[in-house]
Amino acid sequence: MTAPLIEGRGLTLSFGSERVLDQVSLSIQAGEIMTLIGPNGAGKSTLVKTLLGLQKPDSGDVVRKNGLRIGYVPQKLAIDQVLPMTVKRFLTLTRAATRSACETVLGQVGAAHVIDAQMSSLSGGESQRVMLARALLLRPELLVLDEPTQGVDVSGQAELYRLIDDIRAELNCAVLMISHDLHLVMAKTDKVVCFNRHVCCSGIPDTVRQHPEYRSLFGVREADAIGIYTHEHDHEHDLSGHVVGDCGHDHSHDHGHSHHHHDHQKQEAETTK
Amino acid sequence: MMDDFLFRAVTGGVLLACVCGPFGAFIVWRRMAFFGDMLAHSALLGVALGLLIGVDVRLGMIATCLASALILAIGQRQSRIGSDTVLGMLAHSTLALGMVALAFVQGVAVDIMAYLFGDILAVNVTDIWILAAGGAFAIAVLIWMWRPLLAVTVSPEIAAAESIPVERLRLIFMLLMALVIGMAIKIVGVLLITALLIVPAASARFFARTPEQMAIGAAVFGVASVMAGIALSWHVDTPAGPSIVISAAGLFVLSSIVMMGLRRN
Repeated sequence: MTAPLIEGRGLTLSFGSERVLDQVSLSIQAGEIMTLIGPNGAGKSTLVKTLLGLQKPDSGDVVRKNGLRIGYVPQKLAIDQVLPMTVKRFLTLTRAATRSACETVLGQVGAAHVIDAQMSSLSGGESQRVMLARALLLRPELLVLDEPTQGVDVSGQAELYRLIDDIRAELNCAVLMISHDLHLVMAKTDKVVCFNRHVCCSGIPDTVRQHPEYRSLFGVREADAIGIYTHEHDHEHDLSGHVVGDCGHDHSHDHGHSHHHHDHQKQEAETTK
Repeated sequence: MMDDFLFRAVTGGVLLACVCGPFGAFIVWRRMAFFGDMLAHSALLGVALGLLIGVDVRLGMIATCLASALILAIGQRQSRIGSDTVLGMLAHSTLALGMVALAFVQGVAVDIMAYLFGDILAVNVTDIWILAAGGAFAIAVLIWMWRPLLAVTVSPEIAAAESIPVERLRLIFMLLMALVIGMAIKIVGVLLITALLIVPAASARFFARTPEQMAIGAAVFGVASVMAGIALSWHVDTPAGPSIVISAAGLFVLSSIVMMGLRRN
């Protein structure tokens, strides 16, 4: 196996007395699509910040391939009203590009009309399209998407997932996708990592179900862009995310996850209070 | 016919306004107004130290501003006390310390008012050279790191993902700000320097569509404020520093009225 693009080894981090990352190790290979799922408050964004080098772990290392180009698409980019910024200027935020190059990538994501609009005036969906257009300009080897469809309505979400699929096909890059949603996961995911402050389990989604409800909800074309990854947990978390009971489990993926999903929802409700 | 001191005042003021424009824009975007205030307050301690040690007070002011910026950069890494509290503590303890230290300076009558509110009409040729050289340096570095610093301002995550050294840029910007403020106090004083940084930038916001337009617009508004303030001071005999700030505030009000009118049509 070749050296991974990026690798986290034994990442551990506490905020005060609360442990947010506990011995997290994961690596992404060139071209690999990895989806990280976990409930709200699982520390997913903290893990991403640590991998990007913004947050120093208490222990453990992050190793990046030399000169690795990463494109990052945040959950939601809130550009302050106080900072005037056209879409065109935002596309060239970290490196220069011609207007026609900007027009091309905006056209690819179906947002050509906003090129001269102010970033702060965009809707959630438009804003995420612009972020994806920026990723296209950047031509990264690794695209990191942190819950890229938050604040976008359901049909818009399916459309965004399809776009992400197209972009990944064009760039042939590795993808790290973060999601709190157990249902919306990319169809072509190579590896699903279930995360709640530590790596609960990870594996290859062996079945991408063609669930009739999704088909009817999104239409056939969109449904193909969406896979469903369900699995059974073999350990429980208490409300603060700590593992309850022993961890001597075999990480099997016999899929049927109702009880644990329920548990996560309960926990979500708890953390959003 | 222009008097020499008036010519020096205008030159110094215009130079400073040009430097303050782009820095002020970043201060507004990064919400660092309070940080600028704190640096300015600490400069009074620099005046006292300069007089006590016997070095140029301008050097003393710049040095204490730089030192405060460094202390703050380190202090902000801990999260137990909010950064606004850390800023407030540093601002007022250094100001108090400066006042106390000035009481120990013997034999020199220090015009504290001149440091609190500036004394632009007393700007001499050396001041102008310091401003020109320091200002050119600060602007050159700011232009050099413009794109990455702007990326850090928009989103530290995006910047970090693209291997931009986020922490280093933050520190360099803080130090440059300290340099600019240390140089500016002679002209508008400890209590008013933040206004010269943020008010023109706020006015420019109304008319700008890109960050660059706002930065240049801030310099234009700053120059206009300096000219108007000195003119006011000359004709009505008002104190120059406060007159400049009043002019800047007046231009802001005027800009917002113009903007409201444009929106209505």
